[in-house]
Amino acid sequence: MALLKSSKIISTVGVHPPLGVLSIRASSWWSEVQMGPPDPILGVSEAYKRDTNPKKMNLGVGAYRDDQGKPYVLSCVRKAEAQIAAKKLDKEYLAIGGLGDFTKACAKLALGDDNEVIKSGRNITVQTISGTGSLRIGANFLSRFHTGARDVYLPKPSWGNHTPIFRDAGMQLKAYTYYDPKTCGFDFQGALNDISKIPEKSVIMLHACAHNPTGVDPRLEQWKEIADLVKKRNLLVFFDMAYQGFASGDIDRDAWAVRYFIEQGHNIVLSQSFAKNMGLYGERVGGFTVVCKDAEEAKRVESQLKILIRPIYSNPPMNGARIAATILNTPDLYKEWLREVHGMANRIITMRELLVANLKKEGSTRNWKHVVDQIGMFCFTGLKPEQVERLTKEFSVYMTKDGRISMAGVTSGNVGYLAQGIHAVTK
Amino acid sequence: MSLFGEVPQATPVAVFKLSNDFKEDPNPMKVNLGVGAYRTDEGQPWVLPVVKKVEKIIVADNSLNHEYLPILGLPEFRSSASKIALGEDSPAIQENRVGVGAVQCLGGTGALKMGAEFLRRWYNGNDNMKTPVYVSAPTWENHNSVFANAGFEDIRPYKYWDAEKRGLDLAGFLGDLETAPKHSIFVLHACAHNPTGTDPTHVEWMQVAEVMKRRKLFVFFDSAYQGFASGCLDKDAWAVRYFVTQGFEMFCAQSFSKNFGLYNERVGNLTIVACDADNVKRVLSQMEKIVRVTWSNPPSQGARLVAITLNTPELFAEWKDNVKTMADRVLLMRASLQAKLQALGTPGTWDHITQQIGMFSFTGLNPKQVEYMIKERSIYLMASGRINMCGLTTKNIDYVAESIHETVVNVQ
Repeated sequence: MALLKSSKIISTVGVHPPLGVLSIRASSWWSEVQMGPPDPILGVSEAYKRDTNPKKMNLGVGAYRDDQGKPYVLSCVRKAEAQIAAKKLDKEYLAIGGLGDFTKACAKLALGDDNEVIKSGRNITVQTISGTGSLRIGANFLSRFHTGARDVYLPKPSWGNHTPIFRDAGMQLKAYTYYDPKTCGFDFQGALNDISKIPEKSVIMLHACAHNPTGVDPRLEQWKEIADLVKKRNLLVFFDMAYQGFASGDIDRDAWAVRYFIEQGHNIVLSQSFAKNMGLYGERVGGFTVVCKDAEEAKRVESQLKILIRPIYSNPPMNGARIAATILNTPDLYKEWLREVHGMANRIITMRELLVANLKKEGSTRNWKHVVDQIGMFCFTGLKPEQVERLTKEFSVYMTKDGRISMAGVTSGNVGYLAQGIHAVTK
Repeated sequence: MSLFGEVPQATPVAVFKLSNDFKEDPNPMKVNLGVGAYRTDEGQPWVLPVVKKVEKIIVADNSLNHEYLPILGLPEFRSSASKIALGEDSPAIQENRVGVGAVQCLGGTGALKMGAEFLRRWYNGNDNMKTPVYVSAPTWENHNSVFANAGFEDIRPYKYWDAEKRGLDLAGFLGDLETAPKHSIFVLHACAHNPTGTDPTHVEWMQVAEVMKRRKLFVFFDSAYQGFASGCLDKDAWAVRYFVTQGFEMFCAQSFSKNFGLYNERVGNLTIVACDADNVKRVLSQMEKIVRVTWSNPPSQGARLVAITLNTPELFAEWKDNVKTMADRVLLMRASLQAKLQALGTPGTWDHITQQIGMFSFTGLNPKQVEYMIKERSIYLMASGRINMCGLTTKNIDYVAESIHETVVNVQ
């Protein structure tokens, strides 16, 4: 592919201007614009790219890699794409709420085919720009219509982008205890204590499965108690489900908490992403659902969601939604997808086991049980920032400062090296 | 008791409601002159031949995957898209008198949104919601919402359309430029003004630029129809490029929905022209933060398509040809409609149909006449009297012309 020279146009942040340029121009509108800090998560990948060490590992962003460390395009995705191409469809604008075939299937995937909510039509599900776009629409919706409270309670810690999204939408951020650094596990009592104090009508964010960044999920019994307490406190539940299928390998199991809460009478709002479980990252496929009192309310809510969406991007992108809809609605492809998701989840579970085994082999005497207890793409290693810095500087292992590693970036080929590095900085 | 018990039913977005009503109309003669999408002479959507070609290239390329794009989008898309707007041989760019940057966005709407969000945060102070934003009277109805949602509290019209003479109200336009508070933001349509189809001439643009420079007004171009207006990319970009030569720092929101027929892929680009590369760099770094809390990173399919096309000489030539095909059909329909109305002796003057440019025509029909057209003739157009020329075909143009005639004669 012939690329036109674009040396005069700034393609990336951080590119130096051509030599010999003199700024003799009049002053700029933008003189006071400060240089923004690099994104803590995506910035890791940028740094990784610049590193020339052949042994470098990118354990930053949560994108799945196969055992060769390569991006994995699912076979069911390729098949769906071929099917779509053969149909010779047009490129007309989607409705503001997105592709109907997609949104229906998206809701069914999360809630279960036979869910009473779907049967009674009391959910509204709109197609969104992946998980981020879904959270943003949700945040905007709550900001405008949830007059009960301004506060959103996030688990401590939570995905780094949750805070700026809600803040930018005009909500206030608070936190509830979640992760126990002593056990690298779930601080159940701490969570209950904090949740019991949350003012009524506040919004509480729950990670449906495969908590990001810790990989620590409540057990079923614990979810039940949380659901109960949240109901007592009369809180509005916002579920973020970015890893359905990715956690246990079973999509129904991973959606258990979402479905349980609804069953218990919580009218939740829910964000879904198909970035990871279908490998559709760059296609930006997601959904936002509001479970309403009844179908009439769902219609009103839908009309308002459209009003929110239109001035942001008018209507969502087709390509990824078509692929997802085709997979979800074609029995053979759906079965194949379930197998592939299971396969991805399994590889990660295997890597967890290998990492622990290799750490033991290295002679580490620390307790690494949490590495196999945690679930999903991420592992909260327990490494401190100084240790992370050493791991990056001395071993070219790239990860976020909070000690989170993306297990998806670990392969049978590099797990030994990773164990070496982790042991070196923790012994 | 629901948390959402008080959520009111919102009025539907007009242009989509119109399409809906059209769909449900059983009249076999019905014509949809509403939403702005290109149609062939068979009244069908048209996937550009070059797009089909490039889609095959993408499918066959096993090295491609669905990984995340960078936050600001696909680099080869951003740079080639900006070149389309600013010109390959822009002297300002060649001589490094300006810095140019770009953000890949979700369609033209997304580009306007990013630009608006940035301006609200960083222009004319920090988080200054009081900076007046001027949009043309009339304008694309979503302009208002985009800027309002970005936080701007003072969105005003600038005189533009002269309903009586059915043309540009230049004196009114210049007058509003003269009286606008300094640093006000002006949203200018680069070409093929939506909904009026009425563009300033070169001389008129020069006058606009002179006032804007003198009064330090911010230039925000909306370029949704480059190539679509005259059939020639360079011609349609004249105003944008002229402003660059005049030394403006500016934004240009570009859409590839119409000129590439990629409507639902959401392909847009916000081109940023600043006085040097350093300013661009800092601006882009802040744009990243805004992108990250809105959609994280943009969709890859459409951007890939456009980038491959623009960066491959044979495909680029084929694309320009496809664009000309669309523009030519529109020009033909304009000429036909005007001729037919003239032949029918329809009261009023109809020269504006051929003088206006681009996808839309402001017919001059009033709301009552529009209602009549819809109810009695099943011809769907916007309450403003705006018609989409692409909805006209050789097969329905007689019916439409007769309907306009009947409407104008019977309804005042």
